[in-house]
Amino acid sequence: MGSSTVAVRRPSDIGADIRRPDGVPKVQGAFVYSSDLSAEGMLFAKTLRSPHPHARIVSVDVAGALAVPGVRAVLTASDVPGSPTFGLEHRDQPVFAGDVVRYQGEPVAAVAADDPATAVAAAAAIDVTYEVLEPVVDPEAALVGPALHPDGNVFRHLAIRHGTTDACGEVVVEGIYEVGMQDQAFMGPESGLAVPADDGGVRLHIATQWLHVDRDQIAACLGLPPELVHLTLAGVGGAFGGREDVSLQIHLCLLALRTGRPVKMVYSRDESFLGHVHRHPARMWYRHHATRAGDLVKVEARVLLDGGAYASSSGAVVANAACFAPGPYRVPNAVIDGYAVRTHNPPCGAMRGFGAVQVCFAHEAQMDKLAVALGMDPVELRLRNALRTGDRLVTGQVITGTAPVAEVIRAAVAHPLPPSLSDKLPMMARPGGAGMTADVADLRRGLGLAVGFKNICFSEGFDDSVAARLRLELGASGSPVATVHVATAEVGQGFVTLVEQIASEELGLVDVVLADADTGVGSAGSTSASRQTWMSGGAVKQVCEQARGVLVERAAGLWGCTAAGLVWSDGEVVREATAQRMDLAEILAGGPVEERCVHRHRQTTPLDADGQGDAHLSFMFVAHRAVVDVDPGLGLVRVVQVATGQDVGRALNPLQVTGQIEGGIAQGVGLAVMEEIVLDGGQVRNPSFTDYLIPTALDSPDVAITLIEEPEPGAPYGAKGVGEPPAISSGPAVLAAIRDATGLELPRAPVRPDDIALRA
Amino acid sequence: MSVAWPTRLDEAVDAAAATPGATLLAGGTDLAVEVNAGRRRPVAVVALRRVRELGEVQITPAEVVLGAGMTFSAIAAELAAAVPALAAAARTVGSPQIRNAGTVGGNIATASPAGDTLPVLAALDASVELSSTAGTRTVPLRELITGVKCTAIRPGEVLVRVRVPPARGAQQFLKVGTRNAMVIALASAALVVDEERRTVACGLGSVGPVPVRPVEAEAFIAGEIDWGRLTVPEAAVARFAELVAGAARPITDHRATAEYRRHAVAVLAGRALRRSIDVISA
Repeated sequence: MGSSTVAVRRPSDIGADIRRPDGVPKVQGAFVYSSDLSAEGMLFAKTLRSPHPHARIVSVDVAGALAVPGVRAVLTASDVPGSPTFGLEHRDQPVFAGDVVRYQGEPVAAVAADDPATAVAAAAAIDVTYEVLEPVVDPEAALVGPALHPDGNVFRHLAIRHGTTDACGEVVVEGIYEVGMQDQAFMGPESGLAVPADDGGVRLHIATQWLHVDRDQIAACLGLPPELVHLTLAGVGGAFGGREDVSLQIHLCLLALRTGRPVKMVYSRDESFLGHVHRHPARMWYRHHATRAGDLVKVEARVLLDGGAYASSSGAVVANAACFAPGPYRVPNAVIDGYAVRTHNPPCGAMRGFGAVQVCFAHEAQMDKLAVALGMDPVELRLRNALRTGDRLVTGQVITGTAPVAEVIRAAVAHPLPPSLSDKLPMMARPGGAGMTADVADLRRGLGLAVGFKNICFSEGFDDSVAARLRLELGASGSPVATVHVATAEVGQGFVTLVEQIASEELGLVDVVLADADTGVGSAGSTSASRQTWMSGGAVKQVCEQARGVLVERAAGLWGCTAAGLVWSDGEVVREATAQRMDLAEILAGGPVEERCVHRHRQTTPLDADGQGDAHLSFMFVAHRAVVDVDPGLGLVRVVQVATGQDVGRALNPLQVTGQIEGGIAQGVGLAVMEEIVLDGGQVRNPSFTDYLIPTALDSPDVAITLIEEPEPGAPYGAKGVGEPPAISSGPAVLAAIRDATGLELPRAPVRPDDIALRA
Repeated sequence: MSVAWPTRLDEAVDAAAATPGATLLAGGTDLAVEVNAGRRRPVAVVALRRVRELGEVQITPAEVVLGAGMTFSAIAAELAAAVPALAAAARTVGSPQIRNAGTVGGNIATASPAGDTLPVLAALDASVELSSTAGTRTVPLRELITGVKCTAIRPGEVLVRVRVPPARGAQQFLKVGTRNAMVIALASAALVVDEERRTVACGLGSVGPVPVRPVEAEAFIAGEIDWGRLTVPEAAVARFAELVAGAARPITDHRATAEYRRHAVAVLAGRALRRSIDVISA
């Protein structure tokens, strides 16, 4: 079922453009996704979900489902042998709803049957009696209202009090902003295959972002020791945070253990919309204080995130939202309150940008308002207040790494502007696109700038680690082979090329084999927080360095000398005194070399009661300048160009960095002008790609990129993460540009046609 | 489930008659979605794609006759000169893959309020030919589409041809969606100017259960146009748009508000008119 990636022999490649080995297979349809898995005698599973956002379950009668021929098992809450609940940070989410359902789509039962149609029919034959209750869908009401769950409604309130909290500025601007619920819309809906094992445990093949945290939650709910639950990464389409939480994992394993047969489950796209967490909708109040000269004096903010029914990663998301609420600027005084609360809306959790995205819409709108109030150029205002190395954040943390904020801004605005509006602009490239709605006289062009930042890796004292194993040996052809084993989830970010680049950089000419990611090796943490280049890349580098030490020792033995006079150079051991050289193949003739390591980054600290502490490891900065054409009459927008300067530390694979930037900008543009899960009383109104719109090629702008490469101290090869920043300030830049074109305030993202056309 | 694959029209009609309740399959772009979503479970399917007559088109000075199986791609390519608004509407349907599969007959038979070719066909006063073992009848489109996804097509009838006049003046089709391609219309407008008969016909999509003809607006603007010079006063355009808005019967749903749809369809109709007739300020 698994497959390994065998790389061809090539020179050391850090900094080179390397194509993904799975790129062509994905385009040609040959890539094996988790939904393509099969096993002899496997059953097919289906989840029964609550149609109501809030209801008491009066009774569940599974007799009708069990009577369907071909049904092998029907499970409900009472069939969970271990912990009845799971969760990333707090285990507050039931495996199956027992007495109450708290969001539309919450699983109530799962069935396994001989074929998919029978499973669907059986799930429909389960008779659930609900007492429908009024849902609480307003986060402000939930904040002060009765508890919707035994654990209460406030997932976290993070208060940041920094500097002189009653400081005032000569110029004050204020605003209220809102961001809607975005979906990750990853390729390849949730799917997996669970196979019962002879040892009483279970083997799960699954598309996920973090194998070990899945395993621990599954094991707890199965009532099994973790070592009996073995996970292997199956082909992942994409993730963007949407695969951090458990979806069908526990259901699959329960069904496999109950039936004693392999069980497969694949969500439909519609079900996927109900089956994973989304980006938190946000309501944000801001007040900025500045001197007349344009220096920021204080930022006051209240950020309210709707976490939906269960905790997921709300606690960490709201921490990011609060920590990064002022944007990448020097702010000596701050009063910031971040809240994440429970409602009967769909659960929200991780999504690319993780809390930094929502506040960026607000702080950048505020900076533009402030520029107007000061009569100052918005670029100048941002440059004047831009964070630099040595500056202090509102959490009190001093930035010790690189902070090229002014550089990313200057790079973004330095790009040439696209040709101005004229009749030469093809109809299809105007707002409305294929609908041919706009004549050039109907259009206004706008320009907007936004700047953002966020942390890399996990924060607040989390023990962030990656285990790596390396085996060096001679392959069948007699040439050296390096087999790297890490549990790193490749979800599209490009670790698959990076591991090969790092191993050949460190070890010279070797064939690199990336073993299947599984729980047979220690945790690699999540593929999130833009952290895998730093963390898993760092682990691979570290284990290769260890192996080089062993190779040098072994060469010393072969030469009968001490290791003291030996150095590693160009993939060989060199004896400096005699200029003798010994290559990898000669050394490995004596047998394989195996090394293992656990890589950690510098320890961070928790935030105190005032939100102060060195909670973050390192920061990525980015600026986007958007050019838009707006049709005010119809409220339609076409994003013409997004120019960006991005702080990447060092680009290890520039081709991949370009892909991350272009994709992230498309996702940011989507949030700015179309992507939103529409809710009505807790019900998702658009759970399909018919109605949840993501940008097409006609909606995606030209992208102009400048990479700012200032190597980050402490990061492997100086590389920062690159995945999240493109999605942070691209959307806010688009909103700023639409405001510029229309003169409207537009406090809410996404901007809907009504927001422009009915107000212009 | 039984599937019939007729290759001739008479075979298709016989197959439709042979199995009461048979589902007709053309491009499948609507039907497959319904089946996948579990909303329909056909017991018998008559697949029409191999019926050659259904894919044919005849263009004469008097009439354009489209085979019901003509795909949107074929319409966009072959009718750009003869019926430009229909070609323009076909170009806005879905993605290239959908346009290669979906057919005009399917668009009519599905009768979605957002069906992209329907406002054009309505403005053209299209008529539709239906065949069954009982014979052939021709029905005006406005009588055929009776409500949201409802038609007067009888069991056993196969939609065979669509008859429209060739262009006798400017034609426009404009469609609003929240995305620049591959989107369901929030509002659309077709405008058909007939310089011979000195009429203006307008068809509105996604603003009512069936395609809307704003007849008061049509009559008004036809009276305002200087047919010799093909000009119209500025003030008349605004009034025309107002009357169009008044004729719309939109609803609010998760895609857009009724207010926006009414506003948008008036803007579209006004722009369609400006593209067709010179607007003069006096």
